[in-house]
Amino acid sequence: MIAEAGLAALWLAAALAALQLALACGLGGEQGRQISTVRAVAIGQGLLTAIAFAALIALFLRSDMSVLLVAENSHSQKPWIYKFAGAWGNHEGSMLLWVTVLAIAGAVVALFERRLDDRTLGASLGAQAALALGFFAFLLIASNPFERLNPAPLDGRGLNPLLQDPGLAFHPPTLYLGYVGLSVAFSIAVGGLIRREVSPAIARAMRPWVLAAWIMLTLGITAGSYWAYYELGWGGWWFWDPVENASLMPWLAATALLHSVNVLAARGGLRAWTMMLALIAFSMSMVGTFLVRSGILTSVHAFAVDPTRGSFILALLTLYIGGALTLLAVRISHVKEGAPFEIVSREGGLVLNNLLLSVILGVVFVGTLYPLAAEAVSGEKLSVGPPYFNSVASPIALTLGALLLIGPQLRWRRDSAPLLPRLAPGLLAAVVALVATIILWPSIDILPRLGLALGAGLVPASVMPLFGRSLRRTPFAVWGMVLAHLGVAVAILGMASDTAFTREKLAAARPGETVSVGPWLIEFRQVMPAAGPNWTALQAELRASRGSGVTVLKPQSRFFPDPPTTTNEAAIDTSWNGQLYAVLGERDDQGRWQLRLWWKPFVTLIWLGGILIALGGALALVGRLFRERQQRRRLEEAFE
Amino acid sequence: MSRFLRFAPLLVLLLFVAIVAWRLITPDDTKIRSRMTGQPVPAFALEPATAGIPGLASKDLATGEPRLVNVFASWCVPCIAEAPLLMELKRQGVPIDAVAVRDRPSDVAEFLGRHGNPFQRIGADPESRVQIALGSSGVPETFVVDGRGVIRYQHMGPIEAGDLPALLREWEQAR
Repeated sequence: MIAEAGLAALWLAAALAALQLALACGLGGEQGRQISTVRAVAIGQGLLTAIAFAALIALFLRSDMSVLLVAENSHSQKPWIYKFAGAWGNHEGSMLLWVTVLAIAGAVVALFERRLDDRTLGASLGAQAALALGFFAFLLIASNPFERLNPAPLDGRGLNPLLQDPGLAFHPPTLYLGYVGLSVAFSIAVGGLIRREVSPAIARAMRPWVLAAWIMLTLGITAGSYWAYYELGWGGWWFWDPVENASLMPWLAATALLHSVNVLAARGGLRAWTMMLALIAFSMSMVGTFLVRSGILTSVHAFAVDPTRGSFILALLTLYIGGALTLLAVRISHVKEGAPFEIVSREGGLVLNNLLLSVILGVVFVGTLYPLAAEAVSGEKLSVGPPYFNSVASPIALTLGALLLIGPQLRWRRDSAPLLPRLAPGLLAAVVALVATIILWPSIDILPRLGLALGAGLVPASVMPLFGRSLRRTPFAVWGMVLAHLGVAVAILGMASDTAFTREKLAAARPGETVSVGPWLIEFRQVMPAAGPNWTALQAELRASRGSGVTVLKPQSRFFPDPPTTTNEAAIDTSWNGQLYAVLGERDDQGRWQLRLWWKPFVTLIWLGGILIALGGALALVGRLFRERQQRRRLEEAFE
Repeated sequence: MSRFLRFAPLLVLLLFVAIVAWRLITPDDTKIRSRMTGQPVPAFALEPATAGIPGLASKDLATGEPRLVNVFASWCVPCIAEAPLLMELKRQGVPIDAVAVRDRPSDVAEFLGRHGNPFQRIGADPESRVQIALGSSGVPETFVVDGRGVIRYQHMGPIEAGDLPALLREWEQAR
């Protein structure tokens, strides 16, 4: 019953999306064009989609094995939280989650958006409905999540044990919130271009969505990176895997958009460029989802390949991105020139920021797709690995970081005041740190050395915009910017420290032997069996000591019987200055166990930085929304 | 914005769609084809892998008669699985030589004692040099070499019952 209700809600929501699009196109006559009608339809569409998604969650929680999707992806013995998360841990469920976020985002725009004029809002909601309609069609025609299975099996086929992890259970929805949040920026840009109305009001309407989506993407990428770090047991935190790149590309575009949308909102500049970025950011989200879901690129994240579904999403994506970019190409000449600015100004800095981010985006895009292109053209199979990305993207990223020493200190429009006093703290700290690294660690590579210097310089530089301000009257948005930039500094320090100072040890040891890595002495005590709710494991006991500090690490090699899978659970000991990371491997025929040990100084700063960046974004978002509400209230009082 | 820049994103999209559509139409081919097929066997001369059976050199493979070369190891479990099929090929009159990869003479003798000896010559390849030169990435693998010492066919993985007709056909054609 629940499955049928869910399916019915999905069909009705699709019908409302079609209606919403028709009304926005003016098919409902003048009355249908009235914004109150379109708003009501959008809200109804959002509610019905939410009901469909709730139905799917209910089916998973009840372990209703008569539903094909539940039987294939769940198991009655599974902890409830993973039953819950299992609802989106598969193709159909994740697409339903995608369209649910899309429809709810549309409903929220319809409910709360007051900055846009009625016509532009109508056109934007029409664009949002067009997006939703395509994905509804995809679900209903090619991947129905509510399909029944007759006869129902006794129990389900489980969930990939690699995915039985709280971090990963909530990683995809966070990313999806980010991906789909960008759809609103896309729709508003399309609405503005259709109405030939590219104004600061559009940027202001877009801004909270871009910020919110960007926060989610930042959190999602940070969490994903940490998950790969401790779950895959390879000790790395970024692998340039196609699936990682698929989430990085929208983030890069959203980061650029986040900066340029401020120029448009505050100064009325960069109009055409901001519209293009708004279109590209969500396009990258769709491209990313497509690359992941079609299984077209080989990756450690194995997803089933299905050419029919792949072609369907590809057709949708071509239609949407192609349509929007054509609209942009045709309408861009009608977009008015923005307010002029000089090169040395806040705007100039942001333009450079946007250019560099776009170049990195291009580098990642090309690197991700190059193996496919090469094979298509010459039939040669090759892979583009970390060496390419690290050597091409890192210098550009470092340049961008160096720009961050300067950009935030500049004033809007033109800056003729002496620059040096404002730049001095950051530059000085960077130079001092550079000299210190050369004296202390003469043999580390150039990139991590520059990273350490840059990170050290960025800490004071990112706080500089607060200098000379009354801290109590500084808007939240400025605090947010400072915090986010500080997060960038912290993350760069973590990455550089990990690259420069990590110590790795691969040892074959018998119980009772001692191994050393970095400052640690590690005594391999014993290997014992252990068991969990749906797994058994071999667990090593390692006694690690450094000076007087002693800690016990228990890495596991876990075995899940249904389906039979083995995973390595790394044991990680976090101290203030780094992490000790241990993985238990195979046993050889002479009774020696493979142990992989890493000492990673200050590696935690990478994720701490990511969290700070997201927090900064959240602060800015709250500040903006709060200030807008105050302004609106003041305006209303003035009219009374 | 110049006209080119205006249409640049559309161009990128077109390129992307073309590449991806190509992949959707021609699904990934996971087979690895040897670059060595059609090439003469690289020059090598291997010591006997075990007492009583002669070693293997590249000149032994250019005798005017097509032969099979099996790359195997006593420590390799799939090699045990394919052993009866190699015996069947021997029974049908196919001459087979072997390269024993990273193996010990006593282990090779024990392996042959337990699973039968289909081989005329077995060369010891303690550092996988010949295995790599042949373009073999693992054990077991089987090559069809024609009478002039040119590699005609490479079979990767254990020979299964269903592979016999193809191997026999390749061997016949190499005559």
